[in-house]
Amino acid sequence: MIVYWQIFLAFFIPSVLGYGGGPAIIPLIQNEVVNHYGWLTLERFGEILAIGNSLPGPIATKMGGYIGYEVGGILGAAIALFATVAPSLLAMLLLLGVLYKFKDSPRVVNMTALIRPTIGVLLGVLAYEFFARSWRASGSFHTFLLVILSYFLLEKRKVHPAYVIAGSLLYGAFIIA
Amino acid sequence: MDINLQKEIFLSFFRAGMLGFGGGPSSIPLVHNEVVKRNRWMDDDEFSDILAIGNSLPGPIITKMAGYIGYRIGGAVGLFNAVLACVIPTVLIMVILVGFLASKQDSPIIMGMTQAVTPVVGVMLFSLAYSFLSKAKSSLGWLVTIVIGLVSLFLYQFMNVHPAFVIGGLLAYGLLGGKVNLKNKKEKQK
Repeated sequence: MIVYWQIFLAFFIPSVLGYGGGPAIIPLIQNEVVNHYGWLTLERFGEILAIGNSLPGPIATKMGGYIGYEVGGILGAAIALFATVAPSLLAMLLLLGVLYKFKDSPRVVNMTALIRPTIGVLLGVLAYEFFARSWRASGSFHTFLLVILSYFLLEKRKVHPAYVIAGSLLYGAFIIA
Repeated sequence: MDINLQKEIFLSFFRAGMLGFGGGPSSIPLVHNEVVKRNRWMDDDEFSDILAIGNSLPGPIITKMAGYIGYRIGGAVGLFNAVLACVIPTVLIMVILVGFLASKQDSPIIMGMTQAVTPVVGVMLFSLAYSFLSKAKSSLGWLVTIVIGLVSLFLYQFMNVHPAFVIGGLLAYGLLGGKVNLKNKKEKQK
């Protein structure tokens, strides 16, 4: 029984302390599952993280689900996922619920307008990080070619992202590799 | 309960999760694509509010967005539906493939795929950033957009200030009735 409580805490604490989305939560999860509870060695954690990063989907829930499963079976996975997702989602529902209730008030209209530039900048910074990561990993040629091709397909030809992403995976598997 | 709506919610967040490579943030443009462009469940303004509040709270970003958007358009069922759709399939793949991929993670094919998808995610995030900035320009004007944009950039990149403080500050200014000149007539009348 105690192990399920520990699984809950190991994922609850990172998800309420980790700001900046899933990737920011990972070192906190590592602290709990490797340093605090000793469920995994650092090498094993690194290996699971590397695999998680090569698969699609949010990283915090992949790590939570997998480690919860390894430590406590299906119930362990469910508890880890609940602890990762629920606390911040609940806060989100409360805050947006209030904002939505007053959505026609001029002050809320102003608030919505004011945060738009900073959200644009945040997304721009994220975009830059992905470009820089790509440049470091696969060099300027592949980065430029993929950026130009995917921009053209997504924005000019309005191709669905699924096809562009699938195309880039094929490019990676056959050309970069 | 509207089965068709729930089916669309499931498929939208399933796609956004399964196509997002590089952690939750890479799914943001995909959620935008499904929720704003494809299904027109909300406009850019509401999406940007959700993204802003999501960024000012701790925890994974995609599950917060999925849960709230699911709830907003499909009630409590929509909430669970959206969260499960973006979480469960990718966790299952992870559990099933860890054993298999443990020996293959250094393979050039897997590394090549991970590398090639990275700039594509960059392009999607860039386009979304551009659309937010141009929306901001049409409601706040160039000057205010550039000032808020540059100050945020400086705070995030050089001072390591957490976005929660910048977003919180801007929201507080608006909430307390600070002066804002909106250029867009329609927004003024709202």
